[in-house]
Amino acid sequence: MDWTNLLEIAETEQKRQKSIRVHCCTSTGCRAANSLSVKQNLDNAVAESGLGDRVEVIGVGCMGFCGRGPLVQVDPEDLLYEEVTPENAPSIIEALDGGEAKPIKGDSQHPFFSRQMKIVRQHTGKVDPERIEEYIAVGGYQSLYKALYEMTPEQVVSEIGKSGLRGRGGGGYPTGLKWATVAKMPGKQKYVICNGDEGDPGAFMDRSVLESDPHLVLEGMAIAGYAVGADHGYIYVRAEYPLAIQRLQKAIQQAKKYGILGSQIFESPFDFKIDIRIGAGAFVCGEETALIQSIEGKRGNPVPRPPYPAESGLWGCPTLINNVETFANIAPIIREGAEWYVSIGTKNSKGTKIFALTGKIRNNGLIEVPMGITLREIVEEMGGGVPNGEVKAVQTGGPSGGCIPASLLDTPVDYDSLNKVGSMMGSGGMVVMDRETNMVEVARFYMEFCRGETCGKCVPCRTGTVQLYSLLTKILNKQATKTDLEKLETLSYMVKETSLCGLGISAPNPVLSTLRYFPQEYLELIQEDSLNSKVTV
Amino acid sequence: MSVRTLTIDGQPVAAIEGATILEAAKEGGIHIPTLCFLEGVSAVAACRMCLVEVEGINKLLPACVTKVSEEMVVHTNTPKLQEYRRMVIELLFSEGNHVCSICVANGNCELQDLAIEVGMDHTRFPYRFPDRGIDVSHPQFGIDHNRCILCTRCVRVCDEIEGAHVWDVAQRGAAAYIVSGLNQPWGEVEACTSCGKCVDACPTGAIFRKGTTTSEKARDRAKLEFLVNAREKHEWTR
Repeated sequence: MDWTNLLEIAETEQKRQKSIRVHCCTSTGCRAANSLSVKQNLDNAVAESGLGDRVEVIGVGCMGFCGRGPLVQVDPEDLLYEEVTPENAPSIIEALDGGEAKPIKGDSQHPFFSRQMKIVRQHTGKVDPERIEEYIAVGGYQSLYKALYEMTPEQVVSEIGKSGLRGRGGGGYPTGLKWATVAKMPGKQKYVICNGDEGDPGAFMDRSVLESDPHLVLEGMAIAGYAVGADHGYIYVRAEYPLAIQRLQKAIQQAKKYGILGSQIFESPFDFKIDIRIGAGAFVCGEETALIQSIEGKRGNPVPRPPYPAESGLWGCPTLINNVETFANIAPIIREGAEWYVSIGTKNSKGTKIFALTGKIRNNGLIEVPMGITLREIVEEMGGGVPNGEVKAVQTGGPSGGCIPASLLDTPVDYDSLNKVGSMMGSGGMVVMDRETNMVEVARFYMEFCRGETCGKCVPCRTGTVQLYSLLTKILNKQATKTDLEKLETLSYMVKETSLCGLGISAPNPVLSTLRYFPQEYLELIQEDSLNSKVTV
Repeated sequence: MSVRTLTIDGQPVAAIEGATILEAAKEGGIHIPTLCFLEGVSAVAACRMCLVEVEGINKLLPACVTKVSEEMVVHTNTPKLQEYRRMVIELLFSEGNHVCSICVANGNCELQDLAIEVGMDHTRFPYRFPDRGIDVSHPQFGIDHNRCILCTRCVRVCDEIEGAHVWDVAQRGAAAYIVSGLNQPWGEVEACTSCGKCVDACPTGAIFRKGTTTSEKARDRAKLEFLVNAREKHEWTR
């Protein structure tokens, strides 16, 4: 496989593709709404109508507007159909021949779509994730080739550094710096790990990337391997994502067959193989040190850092560990150049971020927006606002993040601004809450999650989350006093400052941010101080 | 081998490169409370008792695993640390069933000692009164999970010194417990050599010798060192 072969595959595929492409979402969200039967009926309709020579139906990844699935989109006219049923699906094909399409017509120019900026999700919903040829036809694996033949590993690292890309898993650590550290570490054996253990309640960005465009992640990992000097990569995916796992397996197999993964990639001296490791249901394994323990076959417990994985990671070797979305940004950066990437976003947060927009909002789904867009633009314009009500707060960052009140909706979405208002970028969950939402209950919901997911290794996280949960329950049951409220705050700070890993450090954030912005809701549930209440002996 | 000089609680201390803050402090005669730490086995930094403040670093660092560096300024006993240490002990007391008066380790218990050291005379948090079960299937020893604080000293001692790996941690969070063998009763675990190191390593009365009653548990910590010396240096007497 060389450059000419790559272009040949792309050309053959472009010629093979028919002039009208009917894209039917076959990702997890739309599947749950019966999209597989929709696709079956679309296929049948094409066969029956005899349009097979110019029309093809393609099962594609997520188109983003998950709240209105199953979605069907027709190119080149860019027609969007929402909530398609197996019964009315054939009419979409009939409409191509002058008939009338029965399903609800969507507005592909709605701000939900038009305000997006797609870098990572550029090809999702357009390419068949189960066919590598489609990915190659849209320019796939050209960045890897470019990196291998036109750049030295140092140049790749410096390009990523210059792009200003920061970790998309939530922490926001500069990706280039991490790559440079691993690249500079001595040692023959190094590893690249892709963290696909997405576990925040309400977040499904990484799942959609893996299901919709698995090759984009594989290409990013291979480029990373070349840059830092690793010949072996692992993708750690949670077992709850069977479709993502299945598509990744297929993608790896296809890439190997073409000589794009494995030994002597593109006939260069660079070897890189990728293995999949499947999580066993622990949220804490999204924490990098716990994830590494889990890959090693041990109990997924976090271990103290330093040493950081970049120094001593998988089996004690220097290890580069990045999130799915981070790796998905690599190929576009190499293709378009760091300068292009720098032009997108804010001063300290470059590029785009995918959010899973859920909660009390009209338009649910996945959006990819440039950094610096305000929460108001996302919630009110793209999300269409709260149905029959007003926004009370927006929760970002899942159980590690916080609640941002409606008064701060003009906060720009970037790493530093979100930290400043007491929340965080997190992996990309964004839950909108309306006036009916009880913020104390929200805090308790997230605490219940952390209480169940703490590994139990360090004392503050293991027992502190249990006590915080019971304090919140006591408050909600209107049995708590002011002393309990003070205790809640003191304990929150203690757990935050003394826990071993990110899970415990961030677990009290939902409590602290709701205490900060909605103290009244707590105070309304508080009983008179015990000094005034009768003491019975 | 080079030396690093640092300041711990205002006192200048010289430590070998690669030493931990805990080791440096100990050498300088400064006491830092510990609970899960056990000399001779790996440190896990789980109990958070040895957290210290280091100037210029905005988070608290566990002294047992943090390496010293040149001109480091360490504070080991600030009011904040005192408060957090007391809370750790309070949380542990409310988590298990730690009733000293009826415990084999009464008077010889590290959890009890620490409660006294940090001035914990009551816990602000409600007792959870867990029902975690007791395993007395082993002919010589028993484990009362209600007294266990999950420090994992037994796990490490059994794995790293005895090499038997009888113990491990099962489940997670509040449900986590020390598991023997393949989740079998301790007495049925063939890997157990009945060496009793876990009994000596256990800081509380969770793992005990059968037949001991209230306040009778005594530990033979020197035995660990003796065994290691016997094996590695062939010193058979002590």
